[in-house]
Amino acid sequence: MTNLYQVLTPKGELLENIEGKLDEKMMVTMYEQMVLVRAFDRKSINLQRQGRMGTYAPFSGQEASQVGSALALSPGDWLFPTYRDHAASIVHGQTMERIFLYWMGHMEGSISPDNRRIMAPCVPIATHMVHAVGTAWASKLKNEKHVSIAYFGDGATSEGDFHEALNFAGVFKTPTIFLCQNNGYAISVPFSMQSASETIAQRAAAYDIKGLRIDGNDIFAVWLTVKEAIERAFAGEGPTLIEAITFRYGAHTTADDPKKYRDQDRLSEEWRTQRDPISRLNIFLEKRGLWDESKEAALQEKVGIDIENALVAAESYPKSKPEDMFKHVYAEPSWMAIEQERELPKRGVKVGIHA
Amino acid sequence: MSRKLTIIQAITEAMDQKLAEDQRVMLLGEDIGINGGVFRATEGLIEKYGADRVVDTPLAEAGIIGSAVGLGLNGMIPIVEIQFLAFIYPGFEQIVSHAARMRYRMRGQYNVPMVIRTPYGAGIRGPELHSESVETLFAHVPGLKVVVPSTPYDAKGLLISAIEDPDPVIFLEPTKIYRAFKEEVPEELYRVPIGKARVVQEGEDLSIFAWGPMVRVAEEAAKQIEKEHGYSCEIVDMRTIYPLDRDTIVDSVKKTGRGMVVHEAHKTAGMGAEIISIINDEALVYLKAPIKRVTGFDVPVPQFSIEDDYVPTTDRVKTGIIETIQF
Repeated sequence: MTNLYQVLTPKGELLENIEGKLDEKMMVTMYEQMVLVRAFDRKSINLQRQGRMGTYAPFSGQEASQVGSALALSPGDWLFPTYRDHAASIVHGQTMERIFLYWMGHMEGSISPDNRRIMAPCVPIATHMVHAVGTAWASKLKNEKHVSIAYFGDGATSEGDFHEALNFAGVFKTPTIFLCQNNGYAISVPFSMQSASETIAQRAAAYDIKGLRIDGNDIFAVWLTVKEAIERAFAGEGPTLIEAITFRYGAHTTADDPKKYRDQDRLSEEWRTQRDPISRLNIFLEKRGLWDESKEAALQEKVGIDIENALVAAESYPKSKPEDMFKHVYAEPSWMAIEQERELPKRGVKVGIHA
Repeated sequence: MSRKLTIIQAITEAMDQKLAEDQRVMLLGEDIGINGGVFRATEGLIEKYGADRVVDTPLAEAGIIGSAVGLGLNGMIPIVEIQFLAFIYPGFEQIVSHAARMRYRMRGQYNVPMVIRTPYGAGIRGPELHSESVETLFAHVPGLKVVVPSTPYDAKGLLISAIEDPDPVIFLEPTKIYRAFKEEVPEELYRVPIGKARVVQEGEDLSIFAWGPMVRVAEEAAKQIEKEHGYSCEIVDMRTIYPLDRDTIVDSVKKTGRGMVVHEAHKTAGMGAEIISIINDEALVYLKAPIKRVTGFDVPVPQFSIEDDYVPTTDRVKTGIIETIQF
């Protein structure tokens, strides 16, 4: 891999001196958050299998990219996730309850916490990247010290909106961070078939913006790179394109079968055993005396309880009602929609009954 | 010879047979190669025809549809798969400004023979933007034909007609009933003409016009109404929504004196309004009641926990039938 920035090796060794840049408290937080979101991911897959949730997009394997980048943000920063970035959303302050609701098909599953700016997960590909240009642009115009971060995958870099976003951000020097999790596959299509470009980071050169290629499974590298990107943005130097090399261990979604298009067992095993983001930090923390088996046991227990509580809250949350679909289409509903809603009971729809 | 196939199997077979028959035919789309498409419509085709004719493209709908315009201009017959109808919008410009207008702007010197296949409609508990019915957007664009099969037989015959059509065809496949049932489908190549509706069942009291997954909903409602009230409904599967089969609409309404349109798309500016307009022009004096619309609402298709309340149901159709006949 060309010019891959790495700080923490898969064996848990430090490649550079990070004293004064990254404190031990943050290192432990990184670990705790990655363990939490991985457990959340596993739980979600199980819930889908049990029919308690709809189709779900797992992210396991990509925890360092999402957790590391989101931990580098401040509460007021804007976050534009895709349907695979719930880990970033959770770390930035979204509740797990809310994310469960989203995948349960609830009408209120993508509301941001009041004190955060976490946008609804983007379902089309790359289309939210331009929004992160706009919000960052407005922050700049208003002299507010906030960045906007857009998450996307390697497949997204083929869409026109990817290029338009980078170009706009370059022209208007917006404080935008473009965080590409290059997990090697857009559903079934490997990056080698997605583009003749060797890297995604090199695309930045075309727009004369900063482009960096990092080990996306090294949470130190991710965190440090995003921190630098934020400083660059606040110094008026504009956007950064970060290509974080990673791998999704599982399927594209629970409706996908990766065995159809890749040597799933071998690849998944290889990444899990040789490049896992969590185990390398675990090794590092233990060596440094920051972590041990009893802390691990306590964490696992806490994580299990937190997720269970979130699930209970989601499953006992009042279900969406038929008439909820008519709310929030406009500030003032159209007369057509008002009449259609009024006709619901006449049409045999049980208004007021939770689905 | 025939055997029983599902809609998705009929679609695969139509593409398979046209790929075999005509070297100009090629498939383009995301994950249509080794993965066989997200709904498996292209299963096995890359193995049979190779990666030059069954092409896994980069993830870029404008790129896929735009390059298909060029392929079509230069002698190929591209069949494009878009994974879900709501993912077509990056390619919308290519469809509207180019595919639909090339013949017109070149005054017939060039044409764009292409088919854009895409699953559409709700009812599969899909995440957001996996359930839309925005056929009107395409029906409104001169230069496009819009085809919606509701049965395996029609799916194969219409897709073959679409592939052989000299102009761009938007081919909307009802996701919910891809695998819902099987019916006899001939093994050989055959055509179902674009622009011709099909009378699913004859009736005396009311004409119901529907397409895609709503045909089965209308059939079920009509069956129950007949049993419960003794009314007989005529059901017309439009099959093509642009150009509409005016004669079949008008003949049916002249016979029954009442009309109703069932579509999953939003009500306002839906194709129901266009069908009503045709009846207004051609058969107004035959009407005994206002023409009823049972449709999706003027709201985005909601998240899946309440999507069944958005889509017209048998009950909603039955209520509409009673209101119209007892007007």
